[in-house]
Amino acid sequence: MSNIIKLENIAKIYEVGAEKVHALKDVSLTINENEYVAIMGPSGSGKSTLMNIIGCLDTPTKGTYIFTGVNVSDMDDNELAEIRNKEIGFVFQTFNLLPRSNALHNVELPLIYAGIPKTERREKAIQALKSVGLEDRIYHKPNELSGGQRQRVAIARALVTNPSIILADEPTGNLDSKTGEDIMALFNDLHLKGHTIILVTHEEYIAEHAERIIRLRDGLIERDEPVTQRIIPNHTLNEG
Amino acid sequence: MKKFFFDLKEGIIISLKAIRANKMRAVLTTLGIIIGIVAVTTMSTAIVGLREAFLSSLSSLGSDVLYVDKFEWFGSKDWRKYRNRKDITYDQYVKLREMLSPGSYEAMAPNKRTFGKTVKYKQRSVQATLIYGTTEEFIKTSGAIPEKGRFMNELEVKAGRRVCIIGQDIANNLFPNTDPLNKYVRINNVPLKVIGVLEKQGSAFFGSFSMDGQVIMPLKVFERLFGQRRGRMLIDIKVADVNKMDDVKEEVISVMRTIRKVPPGKPNDFAVNRQDVFTEIYDKTVGVVALAGIVITALSLFVGAIGIMNIMFVSVTERTKEIGIRKAIGARTWSILLQFLSESAIICMIGGIIGLIISFPLSLIIDRFLPTAMPLDIVALSLLISALVGIISGFLPAYKASKLNPVEALRYE
Ligand SMILES: Nc1ncnc2c1ncn2[C@@H]1O[C@H](COP(=O)(O)OP(=O)(O)OP(=O)(O)O)[C@@H](O)[C@H]1O
Ligand SMILES: [Mg+2]
Repeated sequence: MSNIIKLENIAKIYEVGAEKVHALKDVSLTINENEYVAIMGPSGSGKSTLMNIIGCLDTPTKGTYIFTGVNVSDMDDNELAEIRNKEIGFVFQTFNLLPRSNALHNVELPLIYAGIPKTERREKAIQALKSVGLEDRIYHKPNELSGGQRQRVAIARALVTNPSIILADEPTGNLDSKTGEDIMALFNDLHLKGHTIILVTHEEYIAEHAERIIRLRDGLIERDEPVTQRIIPNHTLNEG
Repeated sequence: MKKFFFDLKEGIIISLKAIRANKMRAVLTTLGIIIGIVAVTTMSTAIVGLREAFLSSLSSLGSDVLYVDKFEWFGSKDWRKYRNRKDITYDQYVKLREMLSPGSYEAMAPNKRTFGKTVKYKQRSVQATLIYGTTEEFIKTSGAIPEKGRFMNELEVKAGRRVCIIGQDIANNLFPNTDPLNKYVRINNVPLKVIGVLEKQGSAFFGSFSMDGQVIMPLKVFERLFGQRRGRMLIDIKVADVNKMDDVKEEVISVMRTIRKVPPGKPNDFAVNRQDVFTEIYDKTVGVVALAGIVITALSLFVGAIGIMNIMFVSVTERTKEIGIRKAIGARTWSILLQFLSESAIICMIGGIIGLIISFPLSLIIDRFLPTAMPLDIVALSLLISALVGIISGFLPAYKASKLNPVEALRYE
């Protein structure tokens, strides 16, 4: 199986005044296509930093990052934007939807930046909203939706460009456990459909939905092992 | 290219949303722009109107007419130098007529003027603003066309018949109910037969006097009525071809020098005037006013631009998170730049439109005094200026937004 993410000796150093914060010290890892990976670790261990680098939102201070066979370590802002647009779908803990836009427009947004014409864009966005079970909420604004529904809009937005990987940073962190379950069921569906999924969590229970858990501590990989007893959500998605 | 239009459209949509969410703020921000646009439009409307009014008041002077006069119009201030000049005489006119090449002019009329004489008919009397003593060719040099009756003919002029042509105001005042033609009006107790009434001309020089209050009579009659020495003589020459105005002027000068025996090397002791000296003087004067207008406009637009820049910085800061989200899902630097530029351009154009809405009634008020309406190109120009101000003043904030680091922008609370 081909690997789509290859990190070699990645380090990320933040300079806060005169002090240097080593958020990531020396991280090397590979992730294959259609893998379902959870990243765990205590607060401040560098999970989000790693996620941002994998998602091309941020560039490493040291090391090389090969994404789908291309070295992205020294790409410029616009090239990275293009990769984020086409290849990566983000799901955030706080949903990060545009508050003034309805669900449809939020989901359409990546397609607008990709330059997809209107009718095709509409079609794809509605399709994505259907796939997360929100076809009857497309004209609702974020503040007219529940937390779980908002996260599903965010997932639809992440899916709509059919990206190589879906990155989720604590996607269930702001949801109750029942709603979190629904979201995890959705990720499971996506995984079955062939998507590569990387999610950050500090809940063991959530992490065990994945096939593999990478544990970080103080900017280093502490352990990286497969999940022996995977939790498979037994219910498929329904309106909640 | 396609992406550019999508970006632009998205930018405009999102800008409109943002502006709608902060309507009051947007309007207050554009105050400077509003004032600037009101200043430009009303100023230029007024200036265009003034010029039009001025030109129409000059219409009593033909643009294709040379005025041979003892004095220069708007000449040097040194009056003493001109005071001793000899008058232009009827004999000089006759000689000029003989010597000037025949094809160069269409008409030539010697004339004298006097002001403020009373014209009477029976019990009624009226002040004539201007009385001309001239010849039959004055109809061509002055463009004073009779509406009723006719102009005087060569015979009447030669013989010095007591006839006259009167302006509309005089006709209306002296003959409210009767036809003035063939009636006798009295000036200095001399009866003159009315043979024509001029068409309405309106007021000249900003209503300082009405061209409809004039009386035209043969030169001989004028001199008999008011004496030889009343009024200095002018010779009005209507040139045959406006394009050869300068050539004819040169010829008139050289002929007049011969006639008046000006020794070679000495300056002219007369002047050949043209209507456009008025226009030049006028444009110089109004130029100063216009400059002041431009300065005021520029100043208020500058203040407006600073206001816009300030509010755009606020807007960028407020929406840091949104910028982070957009970047995370693939907005390029350019997309963000365009978004904020369109926002500031739209805000400014709203200001421009409000400015136009305010200045439209103002221009209607100006319109009551001056013959003008708000020129359409001013409307287009105002909108262009406001969009430009928006783009210029929005650039720095938009650039700042476009360069935000996506991770930091997303962390912003
Ligand atoms: N922009 C920044 N400037 C300075 N230091 C930073 C910055 N971002 C992260 N850090 C530091 O880097 C380290 C790792 O941060 P990171 O956000 O990756 O942790 P995390 O594992 O995601 O934690 P959490 O579970 O709380 O989200 C922390 O010590 C943090 O203080
Ligand atoms: Mg984190």
